Amino acid sequence: MNGLKKLLGILWMLLGPVIILFLFMQASDKIAASAEGVARTNTTLQWSIIILIFIPICAGLVIFGYYAWKGEYDRLPESSSDL
Amino acid sequence: MHSTDKNVTQSITQVIAASSLGTLIEWYDFYIFGSLAVIIGQQLFPSDAGASALINTLAIFAAGFIVRPFGALVFGRLGDLIGRKYTFLLTLVLMGGSTFLIGLIPSYSSIGYAAPILVLILRLVQGLALGGEYGGAATYVAEHAPVGRRGFFTSWIQTTATLGLFLSLGVIVFTKNLIGADKFADWGWRIPFLLSILLVGVSVYIRMKMHESPVFSKLKAEGKISSNPLKESFQKKANFKMVLLALFGATMGQGVIWYTGQFYAQSFLENTCKLDFNESRYILLWAILFATPFFVIFGSWSDKVGRKWIMLAGMLLGVVFYRPIYQYFIDATNVKEFEKTELKSATTPVIERGLVKDTKDSIITTSSFKTLRSGMTFKESSVIIIPDDVLAPMPEPQTIIKDVTLSRSTYIIIIMLVFFQVLLVTMVYGPIAAFLVELFPTQIRYTSMSLPYHIGNGVFGGLVPFIATLVASFSGSTPLSGLWYPIGIAALSFVIGAVYIDNKGDKVVMD
Repeated sequence: MNGLKKLLGILWMLLGPVIILFLFMQASDKIAASAEGVARTNTTLQWSIIILIFIPICAGLVIFGYYAWKGEYDRLPESSSDL
Repeated sequence: MHSTDKNVTQSITQVIAASSLGTLIEWYDFYIFGSLAVIIGQQLFPSDAGASALINTLAIFAAGFIVRPFGALVFGRLGDLIGRKYTFLLTLVLMGGSTFLIGLIPSYSSIGYAAPILVLILRLVQGLALGGEYGGAATYVAEHAPVGRRGFFTSWIQTTATLGLFLSLGVIVFTKNLIGADKFADWGWRIPFLLSILLVGVSVYIRMKMHESPVFSKLKAEGKISSNPLKESFQKKANFKMVLLALFGATMGQGVIWYTGQFYAQSFLENTCKLDFNESRYILLWAILFATPFFVIFGSWSDKVGRKWIMLAGMLLGVVFYRPIYQYFIDATNVKEFEKTELKSATTPVIERGLVKDTKDSIITTSSFKTLRSGMTFKESSVIIIPDDVLAPMPEPQTIIKDVTLSRSTYIIIIMLVFFQVLLVTMVYGPIAAFLVELFPTQIRYTSMSLPYHIGNGVFGGLVPFIATLVASFSGSTPLSGLWYPIGIAALSFVIGAVYIDNKGDKVVMD
């Protein structure tokens, strides 16, 4: 199980940037496709909010992956004193 | 009697009742906005804004969720520094005050874009307050609960989010039926917001009589209170890695399951399936009513079998069944298709004429109410715009379906399907407070457990209606496309939880 945890850690580290890239591609695609004027302003604002929120979360996923890869989750604390 | 002795003798029932009532009211305040998104959108934005008014209102609704983690940090820090009791008294007052003020904001027609901006600011205060409230209430109850019964006792706090939603829907439906749909859309929608001040007053009075958590009092007496819980939570790797694990392996998936079952389902039935305003809310009310006891059942069961697999099973079932359930919603409410073979009667069409705003083009709307042999009814309107320029091509008429009411059998099936979704909510949400409390030590518990909880619920969960509606509005999307967001997040959380989370909880939280 610990091997799987480490292996998946690499996946989580890769997944973070992939999600951000995907969001940027979707955003540019949808903003370009939206009509001029108010509709485009709204779409830009909505996608800006989504990207702004998910950047730190994806960074967290990369850190989580790094910890997993380094074996930090091989043994979880069984009591608070282990933390 | 010494204050610590009083803490010990205060019964757990009183603790749960006082904590739950305040938390329930905070959830009520928080959810009225979402339950009234369509009407508020019409009040806050220009009348010709169309679908973007709803999406922008959902964005304001989501803004309240997005700041919840910041509320968790600010009030969590306060809770770990000055105590649980006074911190969640403060959050209660902030929440009640901002909800009351939303009820007083003038509409777009009176003050223009100042209306949505003011509501956005108050919505942010609501989000901050709720961010501080929940972690405090769950921690407070868990620190009073006996070993081996923590899941059972904290599950009562877990019912409050759903009951708050239930209360908000109940007050909205009752008020609307009392004063009529037109008055409700005009000014009556403000009543549920204004009512909040009374509810908060009662709850503040009850909470003032509560005592500080015995665990926190003990730490305080021993001088062991953390001087900087934020730093300890997030700069100490051993704690931070657990915060990340709680977020990605549990609260992220739990959040999307919660908001899909209890918000997106109703929003989908009303906006995509065009169900009548009351009908879509009654369905959710019945589903919540039948499912709520399961919060306590699953919370209690988690004391025996562990928290992990109950929560993860809820996520997995959501991943597997969401698309078939929502496909059924679409199929069962496709009145245009049923009309071809099942039309029983139709009222005489009513024709309305007018001008398209800021043009000389005419708009003609022809509406009639139709009844199908199954008992379903709906309003069908045909809208055609006649250009002022006689040489311009005549556009095709648009057909609009609304106010769909269901046949008895379909109504019951849809209640059962929404009940199933709320049942999944009880599986992921019933045990999670105990799970989070057991993951972190007392000194930094309020801060540490609040952050992953509110990112999971506030950000991942709270964005479900907004993102799903946005995705479904893209060209080439189907009405089910929006579901990929909760399905993807729940699937990811399931895998992380299954691999990394231990089923053994920390039995000792008095440290």
